[in-house]
Amino acid sequence: MNAELEGQVAIVTGGASGIGAATVALLAEAGARVVAADLQEARGGPGRFVPHDVTDEAAWRRLLDDVLDREGRLDILVNNAGISGRMGSIESTDVALWQKVQAVNSEGVFLGCQTAIEGMKKTGPGKPAAGGSIVNVSSIAGLQAGNGAIAYSASKGAVRLLTKSVALYCAEKKYAIRCNSVHPGGVDTPIFDNLWQMVGREPGKAFLDARHPIGHMAEPRELAEVILFLASGRSSFVTGAEFVADGGMTTGLMRRPPLGAS
Amino acid sequence: MARLENKVVLLSGGASGIGAETARQVVREGGKAVLADRDTAKGEALAKELGAAARFVALDVTQEADWTRAVAATLDAFGGLHGLVNAAGVGVRNSIEDCTLAEYRRVNDINALGTFLGAKAAVAAMKTRGGGSIVNISSVLGLRGASYAMAYCASKGAVRQLTKSVALHCAQMKYGIRCNSVHPGYIDTPMVAPRLDGTVGNMSGRQWLEELHPLGRLGRADEAAAMILFLLSDESTFSTGSEFVCDGGLTA
Repeated sequence: MNAELEGQVAIVTGGASGIGAATVALLAEAGARVVAADLQEARGGPGRFVPHDVTDEAAWRRLLDDVLDREGRLDILVNNAGISGRMGSIESTDVALWQKVQAVNSEGVFLGCQTAIEGMKKTGPGKPAAGGSIVNVSSIAGLQAGNGAIAYSASKGAVRLLTKSVALYCAEKKYAIRCNSVHPGGVDTPIFDNLWQMVGREPGKAFLDARHPIGHMAEPRELAEVILFLASGRSSFVTGAEFVADGGMTTGLMRRPPLGAS
Repeated sequence: MARLENKVVLLSGGASGIGAETARQVVREGGKAVLADRDTAKGEALAKELGAAARFVALDVTQEADWTRAVAATLDAFGGLHGLVNAAGVGVRNSIEDCTLAEYRRVNDINALGTFLGAKAAVAAMKTRGGGSIVNISSVLGLRGASYAMAYCASKGAVRQLTKSVALHCAQMKYGIRCNSVHPGYIDTPMVAPRLDGTVGNMSGRQWLEELHPLGRLGRADEAAAMILFLLSDESTFSTGSEFVCDGGLTA
């Protein structure tokens, strides 16, 4: 068994489903003690579930206290929780939708980074102060935008840049905490449930498969592998960087049949 | 013919810095400028200086109703709206360790929510009037991170991405509205002024900022304004959803 994370403690937000659940499983396989923090209860699987709302500053404090209390340390935080929000363009998005999406996707990641740094400084490897890895799940919408989800694109752009600020700050302070962003393309997770309800799962998935040069959406496990690399010591020289795992979607131009053609 | 002949441009943050300098150039090139700002005294003084081609309107960019009023005042004064410059913004120093949630929200509300609301109000007015150009002022810190400006980086990253979403929506809807972001380096304006004092290591604040730029100096407001003017004018009609860097080589 691969046990490269033996003895390490990880928090994965949004750990109950999708990329988060796959990450919890993979980090656990690699030997880490994993806390799955989520609004919804994780159904089975490895890791310890802790109810958590990423928008709630006091909840972050409770989560850190709980983890330090029960696990004694914190080495890895995966800021994976996110919402797509209702689809909305510049015209159809109102302030309430904007703020709801920023609260989870942008403020939630900010609070997570701040809390994790505090925990990692206290307890990381080579105590008393020293290190860990923060992985922020942004999106290809943080690199290229869609026309239909302006609040989501803006929030993921915020995550992309705050990641760099955190990385540079920790480097400057010699905290040995690395911070990187991951930019998934379409991943087959419950974040697409709304879309499946609108157009049906099979036609919806076929449409999205065709948008990826590689020919298909990702399985959550494929993103968890990227996150594991960044969480582990194998990426010790990597900080402030953007990791794209999108089946080639943002790579460039590709000949493909017009939309709607089979 | 002047480059902005008969074009009406609304500028948030129009009372000072890059916004004010852009307003001057708009008027010089034959356009009309509506200066929208929280600073009434400065805004009214500049409008008076620029004469009949300029107006001032009070604006808090985080208030949707203020934007509705500003656009209405623009249409009322000059009979159209062809350009919006989202130049209002705050530059705040904080790091991931010392930024509070309230401060994170304040910076993102002014810089990102404010730009979103401005673009929304402008699209509503422009789409039935033959289109226009929206220019959002992001920053080099929307392209690169800075350890000492965490909330600001996040807000400018949001502006960078929302710009593309606006551009794509308007293209798809065939509104004839373009939307681009401008990424200035450190420009010698009131926003940067507090950074010039003090010291960084054995350098003065000014020296340190100057040396960040391969050109060895701060940018001037008129240099940033010149790029914005290009994007407002019909010289840039094939550019939309793009990033225009004006940074003395800082990100090179």
